[in-house]
Amino acid sequence: MTTTYAVLSEGLEKRFGDVHAVRGLDLAVAEGTVCGVLGPNGAGKTTAVRLLTTLLRPDAGSARVAGHDLVREAAAVRRSIGVTGQYASVDGDLTGRQNLRLFAKLHRVRDAQARAAELLDRFGLTEAADRPASTYSGGMRRRLDLAASLIRRPAVLFLDEPTAGLDPASRNRIWAAVRALKGEGTTVLLTTQYLEEADQLADDIALVDRGRVAHTGSPAELKALIGSYAEVVVAHADAMAQAAAVLDQLTGREPTFAEERHAVGAVTTDPTLTLPRLVRELDAAGVPLLDATVRPPTLDDVFLRLTDDRNETPTDRKELVT
Amino acid sequence: MSTLAYDGTAMLGRQLRRIRNNPGLAILTQTMPITMLLFFGYVFGSALAMPGEEYRAFLVPGLLVATAANGIMTGMFQAAQDSHRGVMDRFRTLPMSRAAVPLGQAVADLVVTAAGTVPLLLVGLAVGWRIEGSALEAVCALGLLLLFRFAATWIGIFLGLLSRSEEAAGQLGSATFMLPLLSNAYIPTDNLPGWLRAVAEWNPISAVSTALRTLFSPKLSASLEQGGAPIAPVPEGAAWPVAHPVAGSLAWCAVLIAVFLPLAVRRYATGGR
Repeated sequence: MTTTYAVLSEGLEKRFGDVHAVRGLDLAVAEGTVCGVLGPNGAGKTTAVRLLTTLLRPDAGSARVAGHDLVREAAAVRRSIGVTGQYASVDGDLTGRQNLRLFAKLHRVRDAQARAAELLDRFGLTEAADRPASTYSGGMRRRLDLAASLIRRPAVLFLDEPTAGLDPASRNRIWAAVRALKGEGTTVLLTTQYLEEADQLADDIALVDRGRVAHTGSPAELKALIGSYAEVVVAHADAMAQAAAVLDQLTGREPTFAEERHAVGAVTTDPTLTLPRLVRELDAAGVPLLDATVRPPTLDDVFLRLTDDRNETPTDRKELVT
Repeated sequence: MSTLAYDGTAMLGRQLRRIRNNPGLAILTQTMPITMLLFFGYVFGSALAMPGEEYRAFLVPGLLVATAANGIMTGMFQAAQDSHRGVMDRFRTLPMSRAAVPLGQAVADLVVTAAGTVPLLLVGLAVGWRIEGSALEAVCALGLLLLFRFAATWIGIFLGLLSRSEEAAGQLGSATFMLPLLSNAYIPTDNLPGWLRAVAEWNPISAVSTALRTLFSPKLSASLEQGGAPIAPVPEGAAWPVAHPVAGSLAWCAVLIAVFLPLAVRRYATGGR
């Protein structure tokens, strides 16, 4: 069986003056799946979405979206996609209902009024339907925006940081909507800085760094790649070297030290290195053990590991972790 | 074409709803000329050589055209406001006509302007301006006025889409109030020094103002010969667009639309990408 790709890009490039925002983006999103494009601020995620939704013209490379060439068949691409931007792309001067009716008309929906009412109801906006969208809260605007992207069920839905800046309740509503869409067979490409979001929603994750895809895989594959993190805390500083020697032997990796906590840790990709075994081995070696953990990696670990060669300040890192 | 008509109508509805929800700018730009008519007509008019009533009759067509030229400012402001909003990105990702959004804006502006001109006409009639020509000529005059407004709006839409921010568009837009000062909208140009007169008379506002004066008051020159100061609608030795005001106005409007409509549509479609 061959896989049909809803989004397939090869070597997409986009420059803005001196800034090489996207440099050779290769992306393949299988039909009916959710692809999470994950990366820090400035990685080129938004530019990638703007290229794939015909808002920008690529300087080089090619892409097919819903089977249509991005540049030569832009009109056909536009008929197949829904887009929800980083900022709510609705008209603040119009009410929620007026917005949806307008977009329904532009989509040639026969009963625009009924479609608007249906979507307002689905996204819990009926009560606020006749207020200007500019008076909506962030979560309501985002929901209206998503509703506007779903006027006619798109083959491919692009969501650019759909939950950035939302409170947990609003975020959960958006997540539920994305899951429901996937259940209906819509292909979703979402960008996010939130590792948890990609983990929760995506079938595949494309890790984007400095304008290109650094790695792709399922959340599980990415986790397997980085392995687990084993850490032990010993009773006194003198025992740290001893613990490090055991960890080195078990993992084959250079251990790292947190002197002030008397902690030693190492990454492992060996699935047999479980917590009981770790404790047994350390105990047998006579290490005065206070605490030990073997924790599965979070996507934070995956992310930091795979993009580790960049020189980031600690504050940049902080933004990635939510 | 039917796509453009359909989408354009939807966008016209959007613009009219926006103006209805937020009518401040439209009301301000349409009531301002009434204030100016009273201020210029009575304050400046009393200092001019020609009698006040005659000056006010001269001024009304000029103010109508100067107000139409404000289409540059409102066009800029609305287009700049729109282009920095996410909703433009949504329109650009919809399978709709590329020209519909700017066309909707220009036509909505025309609808609002047509309605907004009525109060100025009424105040004009109250202070001594008269429609002396035939009904057909008056209708032609108003048609020409709206055509000029349409052309001015396209200049504004293009500049608005070019501008970097709403504030920049607002500042540059309000500078356009100077354009009528360099024309015969408020004062006759016959006494200006040669080069300045040429500049003023090649200003499209002069051609359209003169055209309105000739169409509204074809007998103005004749009636003035009976004693009033000779402010003939078409002064002697005027530049071609003023000497042939109707043809000159139509030519100016055609040129402006032919240049700025495609530029604006193209700029909108690409979004500067």
